[in-house]
Amino acid sequence: MTSPAVETHEHHDIRPIRKAAMWVFLGSECMFFGSMIATFLLYRNNTADGPGAEIFDIPFTSASSFVLLMSSLTMVLAHNAFEKRDARGTRIWLLATALLGTTFLAGQIYEFTEFVHKGLTLSTSSFGSSFYMLTGFHGAHVAIGVLMLLAMFYLSLDGRLYEDRGLNVELVGLYWHFVDIVWIVIFTVVYLLQV
Amino acid sequence: MYWGIALFLGVVTAVEVAVPYIEALDPVRVPLLIVLAIIKFGTVVAFFMHLRYDKKLYRTLFLFGVIGVIPLFVVVLLTMHAF
Repeated sequence: MTSPAVETHEHHDIRPIRKAAMWVFLGSECMFFGSMIATFLLYRNNTADGPGAEIFDIPFTSASSFVLLMSSLTMVLAHNAFEKRDARGTRIWLLATALLGTTFLAGQIYEFTEFVHKGLTLSTSSFGSSFYMLTGFHGAHVAIGVLMLLAMFYLSLDGRLYEDRGLNVELVGLYWHFVDIVWIVIFTVVYLLQV
Repeated sequence: MYWGIALFLGVVTAVEVAVPYIEALDPVRVPLLIVLAIIKFGTVVAFFMHLRYDKKLYRTLFLFGVIGVIPLFVVVLLTMHAF
């Protein structure tokens, strides 16, 4: 027989605590990206006679930004479907979000390759180092987000997504939207304000 | 509602991209781009992340990090003699 104390513990809903922990994590991530954006601003003119912001392809990066922005829409639609216990809708929108995230990453790899061909590498200048560190770490966050989305999709295939364990769609959604808002800042500060 | 918000975000992004190419906006280019970015940031946080409707605790926890960036910026830039 289970004691009342144990029963209380077993039925305690820890979801709000996990959600609060996610918000604390996202708040700390603001500091993380904030410090790298500050570093970029500090070194944005230090190109050491190498390429600078003039090599940015604004139309291409704008298209990538739009793709990531729209992935926030598909993510919130996945969460909405999840809340309504619509397994099929959840799967479709999770997969759509992962595909949009992958498209963004492919665009970033293409962009980095182009920049390297134009002479901007991680060691070319302080501008190059701070640019690749900032956008590269953001890309790593997107890649982790895509892996989490695919894990959610896999769990949804045999109905395990509704089991209350570990991550859930809402927490992954918060992380994904955060990745989007960080890019909103990077797109403005690193790209649009430098051309 | 979410589709409408996405459409709004798409329109703001289109305006953002157009701003650097419109010479008449050069005097206000920097503040305008910053305001547009803040609008997009706030819209995603408020509606897609549901912070507008969620518990005040979550808002406080997140704002602590967002506002904390400001002294961080000042300290980093002052330490490196950016001013």
